[in-house]
Amino acid sequence: MPLLEVDNLKVRFHTRNGIVRAVDGVSFAVEKGETVGIVGESGSGKSVTCYSLLGLIPMPPGKIEGGTAMFDGQDLLSLTEKQLSKIRGKRISMIFQDPMTSLNPYLKISTQLTEPLRIHDGLGKSEALDRAIAEMDAVGIPDPKKRIHSYPHEFSGGMRQRVMIAMATITRPEILIADEPTTALDVTIQRQVLDLIKTRQEELGSAVIFITHDLAVVSEVCDFVNVMYAGRFVERAPVGNLFREPRHAYTRALQASIPALQTKGEELYTIPGRPPDLRKEITGCVFAPRCETETREQCLTDHRPELVEVTPHHWVQDCPGCLGRWAR
Amino acid sequence: MKINHIAAEDLVEGTSLGRDAWLRLRKNRLSMVSLALLTIVVTACFVLAWFCKDPNVINLTNKFAPPSASHWLGTDQLGRDLLSRILYGGQISMLVGFVATAVTLLIGISYGAISGYAGGRVDSLLMRIVDTLYAIPFLVLVIILKVVIASVIGDFATWLVDEFGWNKEFVFRFANIIPLFIAIGALGWLTLARITRAQVMSIKNQEYVEAARSLGLSNRRILFRHVVPNTVGTAIVYATLTIPSFILYEASLSYLGMGVEAPNSSWGILIKEGANFLETQPSLLIIPGIIFSLTLFSLNFLGDGLRDALDPKASKD
Amino acid sequence: MIRYLASRIFQGLLVLFALYTITFFLVKAMPGDPFTGEKNIPEDVKRNMREQSGLNDPLFIQYLNYPKAVLLEGSFNYSIKKKRPVVDIIAQAFPASLALGVSALIFAVMLAIPIGVISAFRRNSWVDYSGMAIAMIGICVPSFVIGPLLQISIATHIPALRIAGWDSPIDILLPAITLGLGTAAYLARLTRGGMLEILSQDYIRTARAKGLSTSRIMIVHALRGGLIPSVAFIGPAFAALISGSFIVESIFQIPGMGQHFVTAITDRDEFLVLGLALFYGFLVVVMNLVADLLVGFLNPRVRLAELDA
Repeated sequence: MPLLEVDNLKVRFHTRNGIVRAVDGVSFAVEKGETVGIVGESGSGKSVTCYSLLGLIPMPPGKIEGGTAMFDGQDLLSLTEKQLSKIRGKRISMIFQDPMTSLNPYLKISTQLTEPLRIHDGLGKSEALDRAIAEMDAVGIPDPKKRIHSYPHEFSGGMRQRVMIAMATITRPEILIADEPTTALDVTIQRQVLDLIKTRQEELGSAVIFITHDLAVVSEVCDFVNVMYAGRFVERAPVGNLFREPRHAYTRALQASIPALQTKGEELYTIPGRPPDLRKEITGCVFAPRCETETREQCLTDHRPELVEVTPHHWVQDCPGCLGRWAR
Repeated sequence: MKINHIAAEDLVEGTSLGRDAWLRLRKNRLSMVSLALLTIVVTACFVLAWFCKDPNVINLTNKFAPPSASHWLGTDQLGRDLLSRILYGGQISMLVGFVATAVTLLIGISYGAISGYAGGRVDSLLMRIVDTLYAIPFLVLVIILKVVIASVIGDFATWLVDEFGWNKEFVFRFANIIPLFIAIGALGWLTLARITRAQVMSIKNQEYVEAARSLGLSNRRILFRHVVPNTVGTAIVYATLTIPSFILYEASLSYLGMGVEAPNSSWGILIKEGANFLETQPSLLIIPGIIFSLTLFSLNFLGDGLRDALDPKASKD
Repeated sequence: MIRYLASRIFQGLLVLFALYTITFFLVKAMPGDPFTGEKNIPEDVKRNMREQSGLNDPLFIQYLNYPKAVLLEGSFNYSIKKKRPVVDIIAQAFPASLALGVSALIFAVMLAIPIGVISAFRRNSWVDYSGMAIAMIGICVPSFVIGPLLQISIATHIPALRIAGWDSPIDILLPAITLGLGTAAYLARLTRGGMLEILSQDYIRTARAKGLSTSRIMIVHALRGGLIPSVAFIGPAFAALISGSFIVESIFQIPGMGQHFVTAITDRDEFLVLGLALFYGFLVVVMNLVADLLVGFLNPRVRLAELDA
């Protein structure tokens, strides 16, 4: 049985300007110790997917309209706030994108780092502090005994992200959700932070859900990848399969736009158009307007393409238009 | 935050900023009620007042009269019609609020624009002056300034009457309220100058200003043609919120006997006189008090609504 | 820190000097002098008195004489009308104004901070709407309406509370409420705004993701940053409560400083006007400094910036 099993999750935002179908029926599973990626453009719903598992979307306007998320025999989506807060930060923790804004500037690192231990494990002040110092050491912050008494603004961006990671792993969570953990960092530091997450994951045996828009990062850290577009998964596959034989037009378009995979001198590919307006109900294939295959005329319009398993563990939306040969 | 992203993109549509703001304002029920209320009060004071009785006719045989067909709100301690006193008093109160705000806008925008556009030493000097003035107790200085201006204007009014035979009562009525406009306006512009300066600083580095500069336009022309017009919106929204506070200042001054004088009257004067007859006839305090407060309410809620409607940050949620 | 304090004190002195300059020339520009109104004193006696008070000296000399006396002799001159030292008058009237200001501030803080915090937390609920509607009443209904209304609605029905007067400690209750209500209203709105700003920050989401309880998020994570605008406002507001209590003092017949200021201006009692204006200015400067230090204490980033500067 998987550690976490999300089935047919639907999240909507009821805004003044209409209902936004941010997440429109996604399913995925996370096994113990595994790294699962969710890849997509900004606004595709990948963050909302994970936030809604932990009850972190603002409600209202957000509303979970359907689905289940089974974690250790309980459905996360139907837990009360109180029950959920026992899991948050203890058994499932999160690392956020921007370490500059995600740490509280008014509180010392010591307070913020010991907080999870004190509320979840009921540790005393000095014991929690010792554990926090050890954790800072584990994430590679030099001189932790002294630096734990500093404020966040006294740290660099990379160091702050290390603090975030320490804060998320200090309770030895079973699942770690990393929401674009490297996006806001300098390129030189991204590598170190990725490695750190990997190391900590191996040491603790946690599973990781890795949210990113960067396919190159996915190829390095993930075991299994879900490609998300306009609130739906268009393709799901083990990382090797996905890179060797991407099926869906969107996945191929994403790959074509990775600079590193481009031949020198060739113009970088960009996907034409913009993501669809999620306030409008889309009955057919969501990618149709931007699809650049030879068969794009055949994109479904009357019903939604289902995910089908083309080879073992490799699923793709069964839209004849998006599966055709690429025009370029 | 990512989650808001979707909603923010949704707003990108072909409506102009002003139209957009008006649509948002119309959805704000409180602001619309305020707007309606304000329209009624302004119309009553500036139009209907002309059809009312003379507010200064004294009739000692009919003092403290209850409301009746001839005196809708009754009469005061000298038998004057309360309704016409309120309407005429409202004229002065609102005039002070509006005109002092206009003075404030004029000084505040120019000062802030020059400071922000000049930058460097000029800017820091001008802002230091503002900081200094901030530390000065406002009401204290307004009172002194008003006395000084009143004496100058008083002399001028006498000269007008003596030399040119202008209507004495008319001239002195104005000579009595003009110092209030100036004194309040001359000291109330500080925050506005700061707001405008911040706006100008952010606008002056934008591309269209660069473009104007590269076309060889003079600084003065760029400032007043291209930069200032874009700060006026914010300034006016802020100004909507200063009107009620200026009306309040006028009332406080009048209450202290430092504001308007007879034959002029204002809501502050009415309330002050009403307070003297609190036990015999509380309506003399309560009715002007309610109308005064309702007007301030409407102005404040309208200003809040305008700000929310125009502030793109607030419109995202 | 010491350098920061020193520079702030220097700035404060500069402000006071600017205030003195403005007030001095404005007072001089007012028509008449302290003796104009005295019809019973013969003209030549008045001339003598003017000479004695230094009012006949050239304007520029007068302008320099006052600060000279203040700095060298510590003398704030005397009230020409009341024939008493300005310092005495202030020292006698200040305690009442101070007591009134302090109790009004306490009332405002106790009322406004909880309303603001709860309104922010229950944003767009009926609690929020009614809290903010009450705040609006505080802003829109002036003290000279609230005061008399409290007098007829409360003081006439509760024997312990008198309509006006300043003898027993309980006499401070109604005036403090009247004076504090406006401040409470602004403070509640500021607190709500500050808290909302903080609650929308990413680090509040982090705190929620850590599984903290709502009350812990509010108290430990949000309150400190959310109260900064309110704390910054309390300093100047306190000074304004003391210097702006003319009206409340006159409604409730409190022997504070307000009475002196209005009569000093109508009497052209120039040294008293100067003394009071400077005293008010001094309060504003000091309270602003206190507020800034408190904000620095609450905000670690400001603290660092100051030490660097």
